[in-house]
Amino acid sequence: MTPLTAHLLVAALLFSIGLAGALTRRNAILVLIGIELMLNAANLNFIAFWRYGPHPEALTGMMFAIFSIAVAAAEAAVGLGLVIAIHRHLHSTDLDQMNRMKG
Amino acid sequence: MSIVFWFISAITIAGALFAVILKNTVHCALALTVAFAGLALLFLGLDAQFAGFTEIMVYIGAVAILVVFAILLTRGSETPKGSVYSRYSLTGLVAAAGVFAVFGWTVLESARSFPNVQETPSATAKEIGYALVGRYVLPLEIVALLLTVATIGAVIVAMHEKEGK
Repeated sequence: MTPLTAHLLVAALLFSIGLAGALTRRNAILVLIGIELMLNAANLNFIAFWRYGPHPEALTGMMFAIFSIAVAAAEAAVGLGLVIAIHRHLHSTDLDQMNRMKG
Repeated sequence: MSIVFWFISAITIAGALFAVILKNTVHCALALTVAFAGLALLFLGLDAQFAGFTEIMVYIGAVAILVVFAILLTRGSETPKGSVYSRYSLTGLVAAAGVFAVFGWTVLESARSFPNVQETPSATAKEIGYALVGRYVLPLEIVALLLTVATIGAVIVAMHEKEGK
């Protein structure tokens, strides 16, 4: 098994764990945790392809990973802000109770 | 692959798994921090020092702390009495397993055509800095704007609403 294959398999497993968490948990914060894990699995793929692919001096994969980290940080801030706002409204972070769009 | 890689991978995946299956939300956040640390070590093992330390600073330093704050502000630290899994958890589990099966099959099928460059690439902070203000300056500005907007937006969304508006 080449190093790239091993890294891609680890990233695939990490992505699936994050997806399972996002799809199965009731708590909105845990769903955000699952999404963060999925984003990180994608970052691992970028870095692995950058490391073992041709022309690493162009820094393409590295830049993509850095920008992806920045976007993920913005996503986390907005997502957790939304969770806090919804908690103030419903007094719960249970996703099964968030079944109305009316305020 | 070296034993170090498998060891770090095992820690990362165990951290991710516990972040998803533990009942207490605070324990989940701690397990998530372990997973982030493992990922940062994986980045360092891939000779991506800048990305590894960025991962530590942004994820362990900011995102994990944000998650802990959100847990405290929403009183999510109390373990719920009922199930912590949603009604559709079985469907979600099957979907995730299917996604992993497809990914794994694809990776193993196409493994022969993967590039495998062995020499260590150089990506010092200086080179990354030059690339950021040179070739990637437009994405950098857009990300800066996005971060500003997202931070202000998060504050406005989470701000206390006035009674009666």
